[in-house]
Amino acid sequence: MTDTASHHNPRDLGLKPLQTVDGTPLKVSLARAKRRARIRAVLLVMPLFLFILVTFFIPVFSMLMRSVENPVVVEVLPSTVEQLANWDETSGEIPDDDVFNALAADFKVAAVDKTAGKVGRRLNYEKSGFSSMFRKTARKIKKLEPPFKEGIIDIDKKWADVDYWRVLKRESREYTDSYFLTALDFTYTDDGERVLKGDDKRIYIDLFARTFWMSLLITGICLVLAYPVAYLLSTLPVRSSNLLMILVLLPFWTSLLVRTSAWIALLQQEGVINSLLVGAGVLDDANRLAMIHNQTGTIIAMVHVLLPFMVLPLYSVMKTIHPSYMRAARSLGANPYTAFVRVYMPNTVPGIGAGAILVFIIAIGYYITPALVGGQSGTMISNFIAYHLETSLNWGLAAALGAVLLVVVLILYFVYDRIVGVDNMKLG
Amino acid sequence: MSLPAYAGKLETLWYYLFRVICGLILFFLIAPIVVIIPLSFNAVPFFTFTKEMLAFDPAGYSTKWYADFFTNLNWQGAVKNSFIIAFFSTIISTTLGTVAALGLSRSEMPAKSLVMAILISPMIVPLIISAAGMFFFYTEIGLASTHLGVILAHAALATPFVVITVTATLVGFDQSLTRAAATLGATPVTTFFKITVPLILPGVISGALFAFVTSFDEVVVVKFIGSYEQRTIPWAMFSGIREQISPTILAVATLLVILSIGMLTAVELLRRRNEKMRGLSPG
Repeated sequence: MTDTASHHNPRDLGLKPLQTVDGTPLKVSLARAKRRARIRAVLLVMPLFLFILVTFFIPVFSMLMRSVENPVVVEVLPSTVEQLANWDETSGEIPDDDVFNALAADFKVAAVDKTAGKVGRRLNYEKSGFSSMFRKTARKIKKLEPPFKEGIIDIDKKWADVDYWRVLKRESREYTDSYFLTALDFTYTDDGERVLKGDDKRIYIDLFARTFWMSLLITGICLVLAYPVAYLLSTLPVRSSNLLMILVLLPFWTSLLVRTSAWIALLQQEGVINSLLVGAGVLDDANRLAMIHNQTGTIIAMVHVLLPFMVLPLYSVMKTIHPSYMRAARSLGANPYTAFVRVYMPNTVPGIGAGAILVFIIAIGYYITPALVGGQSGTMISNFIAYHLETSLNWGLAAALGAVLLVVVLILYFVYDRIVGVDNMKLG
Repeated sequence: MSLPAYAGKLETLWYYLFRVICGLILFFLIAPIVVIIPLSFNAVPFFTFTKEMLAFDPAGYSTKWYADFFTNLNWQGAVKNSFIIAFFSTIISTTLGTVAALGLSRSEMPAKSLVMAILISPMIVPLIISAAGMFFFYTEIGLASTHLGVILAHAALATPFVVITVTATLVGFDQSLTRAAATLGATPVTTFFKITVPLILPGVISGALFAFVTSFDEVVVVKFIGSYEQRTIPWAMFSGIREQISPTILAVATLLVILSIGMLTAVELLRRRNEKMRGLSPG
């Protein structure tokens, strides 16, 4: 308070609302101060928010959009697409001369721009044969004279096949669901209906199932191994528990590549474990165990990598459970087993939930360890996404698979946020 | 946990059995890391203990893989890149993350949990998805295959760790201290550097260490948006394991284990200091 405030007559207070020094009502002034504080808080967060938006959010979002974007056919064959709108794909007849004339015109431009191959590759994801058909047509279109319909069919017989025209018309939309259909093992019937592929032709559903199952198994093993360790750590005196904690924290801080190469050194056919077993006479030299480049190797290495993520949340929950609970249960007549199952375990459920979801989230999107030690049977969905990004270059499918994976992860993240709260996440 | 006086025979047996089980699990955790240390001194390019090694014959041991690491330009370039990229991405993520954490821990911050969820998302989204997104986007804007691109990408991946650790430190932060400084005439800037920074410094440093390790250990993103010129240690290890694995990788691994022991010690000391300071501060 400054001196200027003293001219207020206390009797006025009953008549006028409370005011600040400069005469504005206290309510307004308070609201203004609060708004200013809010703006200040937002301004502090804003730089990071924009940074994450530009360097992370927009890139990931625009990548995921590739799973539905389908610009190639419309861009390269614009007049064909326009003419195809009048064609009835259920008629069983191939399109008429107008469409073929438009196709010839589009192809003449595409042959010069060298864009026909791009469309062929794109359509080849939907039906094999398109790629060669487009390459051939682009090569010979320059010398082609009307009538175009007969001429084009002459170049490649597939132009007379109504199935190819159906696919072409379907994929002439600017947005497509075909990547997602492939990612979920659906396919189109000849009538354009979407159906699940036959059991023997399913790739990605099996892969998702395997990724899910492996992550579940890894989470389960981590829980079984972490629970006793966390219990021991939380009940030992501080000095010895700190010492043992190092054994959990050192792997946590050690490079992932270091741990993966350690497991390669241990598990491979000529590696430490096999050699020890052969040396001890347990194993025959010819029958060395295949523990790596398969599912077993992936699971062992990933359990090792993720175990600290399970121990730490369990430990921090168990630390809060007072030993007197167990003593009380015992004094009331419970045997050690009952006391543990009925009193101790229910108290650790938040820790189990937090650790299990965290480990599962990390496991389901894991890439490096399966790529290095997974071989054929141990690869997971991330490895297939990488394959489509780097090798097959089917980016739309990679994006669709990524989107499905991301949806699963975000659901789990939401659950985690509900149980633990992201702001309560503990590191180390 | 000591054995209670009323424990029966079965309970005593279980008590010791339990400790053996825990010992085995801890052995599983630590053994792979310990095993690579002697293996990296192998005289022959095998990943197993030779007869000479088991007999402690000096002829079975050699430091040639370390010599290879320190003279090979492939590895030396990777070391240099790793430190440059990790250093700059740590600076960016620590600065942005600390400032944001200060805003997030204010009670006036609107839509706090939503903003927090977005800021943490780089940690949650599977790396392969982040890497793919960054690959396309950074290629378009010409940042692919540049150090700057990798630094920005790593900074984005590391900020959640800084935000989490600094926010955790600020939970026990007494806001009346900054108000006290303000009533005593300090400007907001002075208050920040004289009062806030010294108090949250342990959290900031451990956040920075997390950020450093995140970048130093990251391989998926750098593999996608970087080229050979941006190769880091994990990048070189990854391609080394894929192509032909030589014991040099184990020598590098051993050096990295020593580095992580240093990191772990630093974080532990900071955590204890932070707890001590919080014990002293009122509220």
